[in-house]
Amino acid sequence: MPLSRRAFLKSSGLAMFGIGAAPAWLSRTVYAAYDRGNRRRKVLIAIFQRGAVDGLNVVVPFGDKSYFALRPTLAIPAPDGTLQTAQDLDGFFGLHASLAPLLPVFRDGHLAIVEAVGSPDPTRSHFDAQDFMESGTPGRKGTPDGWLNRALLPPRSPVRAVAIGPRLPRSLRGRNTAIALEKLDDFQVRDAHMASPFEAMYDSSADALLHGTAQETFEAVKLIQSVDKQPYSPRNGARYPPGQFGEALQQIARLIRADVGLEVAFADIGGWDTHVNQDRQLTNRLNEFGQGLTAFYRDMGDRMADVLVVTMSEFGRTAHENGNRGTDHGHANVMFAIGGDVRGGKIYGQWPGLAPEQLNEGRDLALTTDFRDVLAEAVSEHLGNRNIAAVFPGYSSPKYPGIIA
Amino acid sequence: MCVVLSAAAGFGARKPAPDAPFRAKLDRNSHALHAVERLTFGPRPGDVEAVRRLGVKKWVDLQLHPERIPENPELARRLAPLDSLRMSTLELQQHYPTRQYARAVMNGRAEMPDDPGARRAIENMIARFKAKQDGTKSDAQVTDLREIVAGDALRTLRTGTREDKRAILVSLQPDQVQQVAEALPPGMRAGLIAIAPTSVRRELLAVNSPERVIADDLAEARVYRAIYSNRQLEEELTDFWFNHFNVFLDKGADRYLVSEYERDAIRPYVLGRFRDLLEATAKSPAMLFYLDNWQSMGAHSDAAQRARRDRGLNENYGRELLELHTLGVDGGYTQRDVTEVARCFTGWTIKGPVEGGGFFYNDRWHDKGAKTVLAVAIPAGGGEEDGERVLDILAKSPATAHHICLELAQKFVADNPPERLVARMAQSFLKTDGDLRQVLKTMLDSPEFWSHGADRAKVKTPFEMVISAVRASGAQVDDAHGLVNEIAKLGEPLYRKLEPTGYSSISAEWVSSDALLDRMNFAAALATNRIADVHVDTAQFNGKAADLIAHALLDREASTQTRAAIEEADPFLVPGLVLGSPDFQRK
Repeated sequence: MPLSRRAFLKSSGLAMFGIGAAPAWLSRTVYAAYDRGNRRRKVLIAIFQRGAVDGLNVVVPFGDKSYFALRPTLAIPAPDGTLQTAQDLDGFFGLHASLAPLLPVFRDGHLAIVEAVGSPDPTRSHFDAQDFMESGTPGRKGTPDGWLNRALLPPRSPVRAVAIGPRLPRSLRGRNTAIALEKLDDFQVRDAHMASPFEAMYDSSADALLHGTAQETFEAVKLIQSVDKQPYSPRNGARYPPGQFGEALQQIARLIRADVGLEVAFADIGGWDTHVNQDRQLTNRLNEFGQGLTAFYRDMGDRMADVLVVTMSEFGRTAHENGNRGTDHGHANVMFAIGGDVRGGKIYGQWPGLAPEQLNEGRDLALTTDFRDVLAEAVSEHLGNRNIAAVFPGYSSPKYPGIIA
Repeated sequence: MCVVLSAAAGFGARKPAPDAPFRAKLDRNSHALHAVERLTFGPRPGDVEAVRRLGVKKWVDLQLHPERIPENPELARRLAPLDSLRMSTLELQQHYPTRQYARAVMNGRAEMPDDPGARRAIENMIARFKAKQDGTKSDAQVTDLREIVAGDALRTLRTGTREDKRAILVSLQPDQVQQVAEALPPGMRAGLIAIAPTSVRRELLAVNSPERVIADDLAEARVYRAIYSNRQLEEELTDFWFNHFNVFLDKGADRYLVSEYERDAIRPYVLGRFRDLLEATAKSPAMLFYLDNWQSMGAHSDAAQRARRDRGLNENYGRELLELHTLGVDGGYTQRDVTEVARCFTGWTIKGPVEGGGFFYNDRWHDKGAKTVLAVAIPAGGGEEDGERVLDILAKSPATAHHICLELAQKFVADNPPERLVARMAQSFLKTDGDLRQVLKTMLDSPEFWSHGADRAKVKTPFEMVISAVRASGAQVDDAHGLVNEIAKLGEPLYRKLEPTGYSSISAEWVSSDALLDRMNFAAALATNRIADVHVDTAQFNGKAADLIAHALLDREASTQTRAAIEEADPFLVPGLVLGSPDFQRK
């Protein structure tokens, strides 16, 4: 039975400080100690690329001849060693040049790529497809909570699940405590005299919806403020790109480094819905995406041994380009897994091919790996939650691709 | 697995609403407050009493006929400086020129407008192009700042306090403002934008980012209307329908198209016929651009056959039209229907910017083949009417009626409204050919609306929370700029919801940890006059007991828990605590 935080404080002889009055460094130490009392805490970070990224131009199947026929203006040329072409990975696939910073991570064996992966549900609605991916139950709208929330093991730190953004994403909603925040230093009642009356009125409120959220909020405020007061500079020369995504990853990095008990985190990055003139837009988005992930990886350094980053997007885009130098809503896509325990440097999943008869509904990359196989492996083999049937209800025997060592 | 699911059940799930609370009648005495809270952006001091005196039924009926309500002169006064609201798309491009438009004038592809303001804006931009071409610094073209502003005033603008800087800006003559705006070095200009009064800020913005003036005007007008309009239900409905037919302001050309969209495609129809509203949005340049239909070209169209480049079919609008605007995601359509609908709308496009950017049907882009939409055959050889036919089919569909009525009931009654209420509203929708006033009347005459199930059942959206706090505290708003920023901070930047879903009206969507903290922080800042250009007269609370302050702001007794907390608090903090309390988050 895990100790509650209060019980731990008491048994540590620290109860004299009282919870509210406990200095910030102290509660942090308590969580860190608690972590050490068990095993090293693993962290799983889910990145959602909202808007359906064009996987075929992110990891380019230059070895498949049909690719060039389908995309007369959008195809990225086979590698010739320059940045105008794909960056070779294995002689068949290559990365978009904007992701070149991730090449060393791939070669070091810490980036695994899963191809032709996605949701088996055929919807091409962003809204539905995101909902299905985040709930972890394709085709079922009634699922009340998100996969990442269900992936959490019994309660520990009030900041064990954090989403960077204005609102809690579907993935993290559910009965386990999870918080959304945009910036660490905004996460408090600014007028110190008002903090405790606000806390008192919400703490005892009969309004179930507001009360529940507020209770978690005030617990978390104390811990997060303890993090914010420490100066932070990224290590190992890591440079986060300007913009929301880099900012989000940096805040996650701070939380991990501060040992406040983070177990799962969520961040999203939008702008992938490239119906028109996609080249420039995709290049810009991938620059930010690749630089962000690389900076995070560098910044974490050795700590990356405990951290796994998984990326996903609601569906892929049409295999053929449309008439506006863009692509429309498609089906299967690509996922990345980055981490110390990743068996990287390799492309996973069976390639279904892009010949006309190989396409899904005659238009999209077909699906050969269910996204739940990847996420289930991450939850079970990385986070250590083996109760996959509860995390992905109705999907009890996933086939792990083998990305985690 | 079952155990886990049942433990988590109820979290965001749509399960049938429990019936009993919607059968339990609300006390008659509470009707006025309930009506004002639900149909307005929150009561101002005295509002509830005024509704009681007039009679709740009569007040509700008036709100359903906004044209019979005299508008508040305060509102007109505040909207007056926001001139972009009243301009056509063409006028916007002339007064707040895009680079493309100024270039078009420079190259003789567009005429120089007669209006002196527009002429000057374009001439300025052209002068900057030319300066860049000549390799001279554009600043050289502009008057030296020292010639317009006296030395000590200039020093104040550089290093003075916020108040002093502002005083200088306020003291500038109208004809000086533009000169100063152009003469300021960019860094200094950016710094002054944050503190300048409305008229000066607009000039400062217009120099480098004219499109931001349009965006600011829109958001500030929405805030002013929500605070000051006497036609409150119309404002709530505008918010509802804008979100239903959402467009995203920052998508390219939409920066110049949303003003017209809200004014001409949404507002006139919020109490009209759904079919008219649907067509107005379908033909609006803002929607055609946002969901890409403007460049969708039929595969067998004239143009595609002859042109060097087939622009191709774009399904984006077709899909959202079915999923979000009409039938709803469970409305029984297939991917094939989406494609067929998209084919029907090929050729629905927009004119070039110089031609005013209006709706334009291009027959040469239209797919002339036969189509089948939701099992209805649309014969070959059609034109613009193919799309209109689709709108007819969709507007008459029972699935549309249900979807629209469910959303309305979710906004105005409860997050999970009883199905029989939705069904009655949908009946009314179908019987009256989508008369939205009648649908609302059915809802407002229903026992469910006046039930315990509806009472305090909604958590305010960030927009509603901010506006209701301003109204409750009787705050004087000299400039809505600060409030616009606060609403964005609380998670609902106006006109900037990227996804076509629009902002949700469901309570749980707005209750997260940082959202709650932001609300508390906003409440505290408002009540202690820490929001720029918004002034709460704190003397109204002096010497009053905490529970009386709470009653004045909430229009009802505070909950026991809230009372307990405020009674122990420093009296100075009480108004902020009440506005940030759980009680104030509900409506």
